[in-house]
Amino acid sequence: MENTKVIVGLGSCGIAAGGNKVYQKIKSLKEADNLTFTLDKTSCVGMCYREPLVEVIDDTGSYLYGEIDENRALEIINQHVVNQNPVKEYLVKSDLYPTPDEEFFQGQVKIALRDCGYINPERLEEYEARDGYRALKKIAADGIPRETIIQTILDSGLRGRGGGGFSTGMKWRFAYNQKSEEKFVICNADEGDPGAFMDRSLLEGDPHAVVEGMIIAAYAIGANGGVIYCRAEYPLAIQRLNIALKQARDKGYLGKDIAGIRGFNLDIHVKEGAGAFVCGEETALMASVEGKRGMPTKRPPFPAERGLWGKPTNINNVETYANVPWIINHGAASYAKYGTEKSKGTKVFALTGKINHGGLVEVPMGITIRDIIYKLGGGIAHGKKFKAVQLGGPSGGCIPEHLIDTPIDYDSVTATGAIMGSGGMVVMDETTCMVDMARFFLDFTQKESCGKCTFCRIGTKRMLEILTRICSGEGEEGDIEKLEELAYQIKDSSLCGLGQTAPNPVLTTIRYFRSEYEAHIRDRKCPAKSCKPLLTYEVIPDKCTGCMVCAKNCSVDAISGNRKEVHFIDQIKCIKCGICFTKCKFDAILVH
Amino acid sequence: MRVQRNEGPAFEAETVGVSVDLCLLIPLIEKYKGKKGNLIPLLQGAQNLYGFIPQEAFKIISEHTGLKINEMYGVATFYAQFRLHPVGKHIIKVCHGTACHVQNATSITDSIEEALGVKDGQTTPDGFFTLESVACLGCCSLAPVMMIGEETFGKLTGKSAVQVIKEIKIRESAS
Repeated sequence: MENTKVIVGLGSCGIAAGGNKVYQKIKSLKEADNLTFTLDKTSCVGMCYREPLVEVIDDTGSYLYGEIDENRALEIINQHVVNQNPVKEYLVKSDLYPTPDEEFFQGQVKIALRDCGYINPERLEEYEARDGYRALKKIAADGIPRETIIQTILDSGLRGRGGGGFSTGMKWRFAYNQKSEEKFVICNADEGDPGAFMDRSLLEGDPHAVVEGMIIAAYAIGANGGVIYCRAEYPLAIQRLNIALKQARDKGYLGKDIAGIRGFNLDIHVKEGAGAFVCGEETALMASVEGKRGMPTKRPPFPAERGLWGKPTNINNVETYANVPWIINHGAASYAKYGTEKSKGTKVFALTGKINHGGLVEVPMGITIRDIIYKLGGGIAHGKKFKAVQLGGPSGGCIPEHLIDTPIDYDSVTATGAIMGSGGMVVMDETTCMVDMARFFLDFTQKESCGKCTFCRIGTKRMLEILTRICSGEGEEGDIEKLEELAYQIKDSSLCGLGQTAPNPVLTTIRYFRSEYEAHIRDRKCPAKSCKPLLTYEVIPDKCTGCMVCAKNCSVDAISGNRKEVHFIDQIKCIKCGICFTKCKFDAILVH
Repeated sequence: MRVQRNEGPAFEAETVGVSVDLCLLIPLIEKYKGKKGNLIPLLQGAQNLYGFIPQEAFKIISEHTGLKINEMYGVATFYAQFRLHPVGKHIIKVCHGTACHVQNATSITDSIEEALGVKDGQTTPDGFFTLESVACLGCCSLAPVMMIGEETFGKLTGKSAVQVIKEIKIRESAS
């Protein structure tokens, strides 16, 4: 048993699903019986839909167990760890047994996420044991010139993973060409898109990969200061980053004459964001680091010329930096062999919404949406019909079913009207109303507009008003055209990416789901049965068995009726939450 | 997502006569005084001390650091993180990220509003709970989700969300 390792997945989502309780349970079991196995923790391996996860590694191989609670943890320790008898029914991945979840990993290529879920992110040795800081040491030992590093990144075809898709090598070259005593590297970890959590997982699971990527970037462009701008909503990521930075300083990866390269001095610190989506825009981000209101400024000058504190600055996203050490270690060609002609390498996606296997996947560029949803994602939850997938968050758009074979690369996705974005992929089924979806995103961008540009500030507000009206059954003829007109004006007259892309969710839903808008406006109907003011819930007397399930679940006590008698919904009390419809086993609730 | 926060609590009781110990600010000010880009960390520090940024804190920080009150106020009102009013003992953060939205997060907020008798952004009269809508909590596969304190609750329904809150209330009233 001494050689057995038990590892509990403790990323934010693992903890939310109860991972800490499982960890404590195993710890107490180990201590109570003086068991000799090693207990450790790791971060997210991406299988969020099976959290909490526990991995057992023994002499025979690796066994990953899913959906573990305290009782199951007890079983696993007793049967597997003590008696060497794996508990097959909870297995989700193993070298030795086939599992129904294998498809989730097939087709994935882990480059940015190479260590996530495999190492304890709070231990530098474990990162180093998996080639960590080897790229930096190689640069130092072989004396690789700065130009060569930049050329390698250029040749790899790596493009900005935050959503912009600008060539990373080009960005570095611009910053390198600037003459200045002081330069900065910044990591944009202000992951604000609702429905996206790739960067959080990476920072929680493998902070050193991001730090090493930044160190290499700093060396290449000649920077001596570094900032990681991270959302305050990610406390665990900030905590693990700070641990990683301290370890890197102690080990000489940060500080003076880094890795023995004379004159290469750099320190990096974490700056907590204060909650403003617009700070994902690089000029706004820098204003925020300087302690100002996070409002974007005009480019040029680009950050590479005049960035943080007026000095040349290179800003990349978390995932972009995490790819860098791998590219240096394996060469540009190894990276560029994945992907399509213009979009090289891999991309991490956060797969969520109405899908069976929600989680984090890293796939080669060029894979189709169909493959991601049906192969890796296991199809649509509850046997419902696929309707659309939302890519790119509030700046992106909805891609409908007939375009499901679109390959995922920057250009093909842009052609649909959506954008690649940072990697949020929200799957929607027939019960999702596309007008409501557009309203949801507009509500978001309208609140997050910094207020600098009039069209963005006021135009989004007017669009939101129209959409809210349509969703409440008060739409008018001409609303769709008005929305389109406003959308193009906002796109043309906004300074930064937020305003320029804010109308995208509306434009794509009008383009692909115009009939839904028309149904709301002309027939006062919501085809997806989602817009509450357009719905009425009623009990179908012939089908109601009087089981009382609906009444028990109703949070506002709007349903009355005795056992075995037909129930009745009080339309005045009803908040139209739809729980009675979902919970009824006899299809006795009518929505119309 | 920007927190939907109506200015001020539902009831006046709390804002009147709030007294705060301003001496707590001194070590914070010493730490950041004269540093570049110190405004946001100072405000974050002040909020960590009091749970919100009291008016007096702006004055003290300004007097000691030379930062202008109008700039500080401009920053404090720009970012969603900063509060200018006291909050309840427990902050209920209902996630309204995209994944939670498509899994009907609105009904969670509706049910809690109904049960507590407050609107989104308000605090209950007894000062026990503040209800807020927040951006993605990053637990999308457990949607819909809410967070109370450090604990996250997933796969909620209106009923189960209200149940969680009732249990907290019962537990704390008993102790």
